Amino acid sequence: MYPKIDKPYGAGLLKLAETHPELVVIDADLSRACDTGDFAQKYPERYLNLGVTEANMIGVSAGLALSGKLVFSGTFACFITQRVYDQVAISVAYMQNNVKLCGIEAALTSGSNGATHQSMMDLALMRALPNMRVYDPVDAVSLNAVMHYEADHPGPAYLRGIRKSGPAILDPAAAADPCKALILREGRDATVIASGIMLERALAAVDELAKTGIEVRVVALSCLKPIDEETILRCAAETGCIVSAENHTVIGGLGSAVSEIVGEACPVPVVKVGIHDAFGEVGSAEYLAEKFRIGVPDILAAVNKAVELKKKYKN
Amino acid sequence: MTNNDWSQDEILDLKKKCLEVRRNILDLTFYGSSSHLGGSLSSVEILTCLLFRIMSINPDLPLWGKRDRLVISKGHAAPGMYAVMAARGFFPAEELKTFGKSGTRLQKHLDMHKLPGIDASSGSLGQGLSIAAGMALADRMDGKERFTYVLMGDGEMQEGQIWEAALTAAQHKLDKIIAFVDDNQMQVDGFTKDILNVEPLVQKWESFGWHVQRIDGSDVEQILKAAALAKSVQGKPHVIIADTIKGKGFDFMELKVEWHSRGLTEDEYCSAINQLAAAEAAFTALSGKGA
Repeated sequence: MYPKIDKPYGAGLLKLAETHPELVVIDADLSRACDTGDFAQKYPERYLNLGVTEANMIGVSAGLALSGKLVFSGTFACFITQRVYDQVAISVAYMQNNVKLCGIEAALTSGSNGATHQSMMDLALMRALPNMRVYDPVDAVSLNAVMHYEADHPGPAYLRGIRKSGPAILDPAAAADPCKALILREGRDATVIASGIMLERALAAVDELAKTGIEVRVVALSCLKPIDEETILRCAAETGCIVSAENHTVIGGLGSAVSEIVGEACPVPVVKVGIHDAFGEVGSAEYLAEKFRIGVPDILAAVNKAVELKKKYKN
Repeated sequence: MTNNDWSQDEILDLKKKCLEVRRNILDLTFYGSSSHLGGSLSSVEILTCLLFRIMSINPDLPLWGKRDRLVISKGHAAPGMYAVMAARGFFPAEELKTFGKSGTRLQKHLDMHKLPGIDASSGSLGQGLSIAAGMALADRMDGKERFTYVLMGDGEMQEGQIWEAALTAAQHKLDKIIAFVDDNQMQVDGFTKDILNVEPLVQKWESFGWHVQRIDGSDVEQILKAAALAKSVQGKPHVIIADTIKGKGFDFMELKVEWHSRGLTEDEYCSAINQLAAAEAAFTALSGKGA
C-alpha cells in the first residue's frame, strides 16, 4: 500500500500562502469537506466562507481575481461545475480570470451522498471551456504539484481535489510538472492511461496481467487539458493499443481526449474504462467500482480486449 | 458632498452630455448594427453622471490602478456604455459605427479584453453584483479606498444570483459598493410587473441589509445627490433604485416593448435626430437665459 498524505488540498493552500500573499481561499459552506479549516484559522483575512451561494461564489472569485488576487474556490465537484456552468464559462473562463476551481468528492468518490452529489461529467464540462486548464490528479503528490503550478500560472483552472487523505504514488521530483504524463511501468503489449483515483487500480491490474505474461505500460495522467499529446502518441505507436481509465463518464473525459488525439494522428484501438452514461447512487467505493465498472477487473478485461483488437486490426 | 458641490451650469452641461450620448447611441445603431436601444437609452443619465462626474477615472489610462470601477451587469446596455465612453474620450466617436460589425472592439455585449475601460465582461444577466462584491472585498483586503459601481436592470432582479450577492455584500458590510437599478419597468417580453413582478424593490433591498434610495433616474441632479449620499453612509452597501423610461428621449420608442432591441430605419433615425435637435435647441435657449 502507498503512504497517505493528509488533507492534501488544505495543506497545499497553507504552503502556497507562505509564498503567495495574493492568495485568497473561498468556501461555500463545505469547509470541512475541503479541509480548509486550518487555512481559515491561520489566515482569516484571506479566507471567505460565502455560504450556500455557489453561483455567487464564482462571481466573487472573479471579482477578487480582477483585483489581482489568486483565488482558490472549492466545493463539491458537482456544485462547482454543472450547477454553475454559465457562471464559470462567463465570469471565469471568458474573462480569463485567475480563479482555480477545486471540485471535492468527484464522481464515485462521493459514495455516501449518492447521485445528486456525484459529478460524473465535471471534466467533460470543464474541458469544453476555452481558456480552462483541467486536472484529475492521480495522487496527493500530483495534487500538490498542480496547486503549485497553478499558483504560478495565471488563468482559469479546474482541479479535482482529494478529501481527507490521498495516496502518495508519484515521486515528487518526477511529478513536479503536472502537465507531463508519466510512464510508471514499461510494457509493449498495451498502454493503460489512468487519471485520478484510477491510477492505483491501473497499477494493481497491470501487476495481475504481468503474471499472465502480458506486459502493459502504465501512464499517469493528471492534466486533461492541455493534454500531453506527445506521450499519448508515443504510447500509441509503441504499444499499438490503449486503455483509458477514469472516474468519470466516458463521454467527454480522458477516454474521449485520448481517442481524439490518436484518431487524428496514430489510430489504434482505445478501450475506455469509465462510467457509461449513468447517474450514480450511494454505496461503498468497492460496490460502486463494481456496479459502474471502474474496478481492477474492468481494467484487466479492457486490456485483454484492447490486445485482441490490436491483433485483429493488424491482421 | 452636499447639494452645493455642483453648480447649475454643471448640471446643464451634464444634461447636454446626455444629448450627445443619445446621439452616439443613434449613430452606433444606425451606422453600426441593431442594438438594445430601450435599455441603453434608459441608462444614459446614470452612466453619463458616473463617467463624467461621480467616478474617479482617467480615459487616457483606462487601467489606472486606483480608478473606481464599474460593472455593467446588464451587459445589453453596452451601447449606452460605448456612447458615454466615446463622449468621455476613451476612444473616437467614429469607432461607434463599427458596433456589432465583424472584427469590432464594440461587441453587442461588453468584452473587457477587447476594449480597455471595461472592468468586467458581461451579457449573461445576474453575475455583475457578485463580481463587484469580489472587487470590493479585494479592495478592503488591500486597504484601497475606491468605490465599485454596478449597473443592473429591473428585469435582472429576477436572477437568483443577484440576491445571493446582495446577502454577501450586506454580510461583509461592503459600503464601497454603489449599485444602480435602471428600473425602466420593462424586460424583453413586456412589462416586468406582468411577467415576474420584482417590486417592492425598496423593501426587498432594505430587508437584505442595504442602504436604499429611490430616485428619478432621468434627473441628473437626483443621481448626483444620491451618489453623494451613498458615499457618506457607512456600514452598508448602497443601492439606488432609479426610475427610468425605456427608450427615453424619443417619443416613438418610449415604453414600447418592440424597442428592447432593434435597428433603425432611415426614417426612424432622421425622426430621432430631429427630436434630439429640438432638445438641443431648447437647452441652448436655456443656457442663453442663464447667461
